[in-house]
Amino acid sequence: MPVLSDPELVEAQSAGSAQAESEASKASIKLGRAIVLTSGKGGVGKTTTTANLGTALAVRGARVVLIDADVGLRNLDIVLGLESRVRHHLLDVLEDQVDVDEALVADKHTDRLFLLAAAQAREKDDVVTSKMQALVSSLRERFDYVLIDSPAGIELGFKNAVAGADEAIVICTPEVAAVRDVDRVVGLLGNRFRPQLVINRLRPQLVRKGKMLSVEDVNGILRLPLLGVIADEPEIIVTTNRGEPLALRAQTATGAAYHAIAARIAGEDAPVPMPPVSKPGLLERFGSLLGGKRR
Amino acid sequence: MIEFLKRLFQKQGSSATAKERLRLVLMTDHLELAPEMIDSMKRDLVELISRYVEVDRERIDVTFERQDRTLAMLANIPILSVNRPNGNGAVTEAPNPAPAAAPAAESRPAGAPPVRKRKRRKKARSVRANLPSTA
Repeated sequence: MPVLSDPELVEAQSAGSAQAESEASKASIKLGRAIVLTSGKGGVGKTTTTANLGTALAVRGARVVLIDADVGLRNLDIVLGLESRVRHHLLDVLEDQVDVDEALVADKHTDRLFLLAAAQAREKDDVVTSKMQALVSSLRERFDYVLIDSPAGIELGFKNAVAGADEAIVICTPEVAAVRDVDRVVGLLGNRFRPQLVINRLRPQLVRKGKMLSVEDVNGILRLPLLGVIADEPEIIVTTNRGEPLALRAQTATGAAYHAIAARIAGEDAPVPMPPVSKPGLLERFGSLLGGKRR
Repeated sequence: MIEFLKRLFQKQGSSATAKERLRLVLMTDHLELAPEMIDSMKRDLVELISRYVEVDRERIDVTFERQDRTLAMLANIPILSVNRPNGNGAVTEAPNPAPAAAPAAESRPAGAPPVRKRKRRKKARSVRANLPSTA
């Protein structure tokens, strides 16, 4: 609520999108979609998810730009393996130091994917909300998707990340704190962004043993359209170490899960694949033989 | 022996605990974040009770308290006088059944699965004309 009830913001927001739309209709361009990825809580995998969904969407043939809105804590370039190519950043563009094309970094794995990195030596509050909105609007004219990686928190950094977006994906891990924060963020977003849910870091084995909240537990509470479920796989750590998003490997279960999310974002009626559970071990089977209930 | 083995394998997972804590914490959050809802609930509550007895609107106190596994709504509503003596009254009389707004509907307990807010009305102290003891 506060995000949208902030009168200045609402005004600027409607002005920004109205402007974009009128310009688009003039040139009869189909505007791309601006989607913010957010979570409230930090460390749930916003950046990793942004990198992988951007990659998956680009592999599918869409033109995609990723904006790292986490000013002061630039990370998206690392996950994409682009850290050595960043010359200019978001604030350079917002402050008219350079043209946006000079600041966009082309991905090295995928055509059609570009990154606009966050400024590392600046602060979140340096971003002017209206400028951010204008930038996202202009990028929507050139790209099919503008994915905005929001910083953690619900302060100005979050508000700026959300300001230019018209849709939201919320990332949640199966933990009490993460679900609570997502619940809060969804309340702040209101209905306008039609938030959809990605459950990240699920460990099916633990869920089966009743040691982790399940997809149903989480979404029984959040009640959001479920976009996808990503398992907590060591592969993600390895690929992040290398700067090669796992979505490049669509043959892996988790890579495929990212592609399924991308397909659903693109409007396909793809099913939500659930992370596979390996076979129960001997001990566990013995336990269930005894009628053990694992909830 | 079998019993021992059963117990060994039957440990209740911690996810049930997590779920329960989450449910409670969210109910508390939602109440905290919706003061206007509480106000309108208070209004509706008073409206309803006033049909039967006269209450002291100035001294109504509604609080929420976490108890063990539930969230309880504690309403302290001082009663000034009882309007209708014995006789027929209550049942036939439901002149305005409609305006039970959203909050009232939500407060219905119903054992349904993950209801977002479940409230148990605990007590409305009936005290004649004066302040009740504090809740």
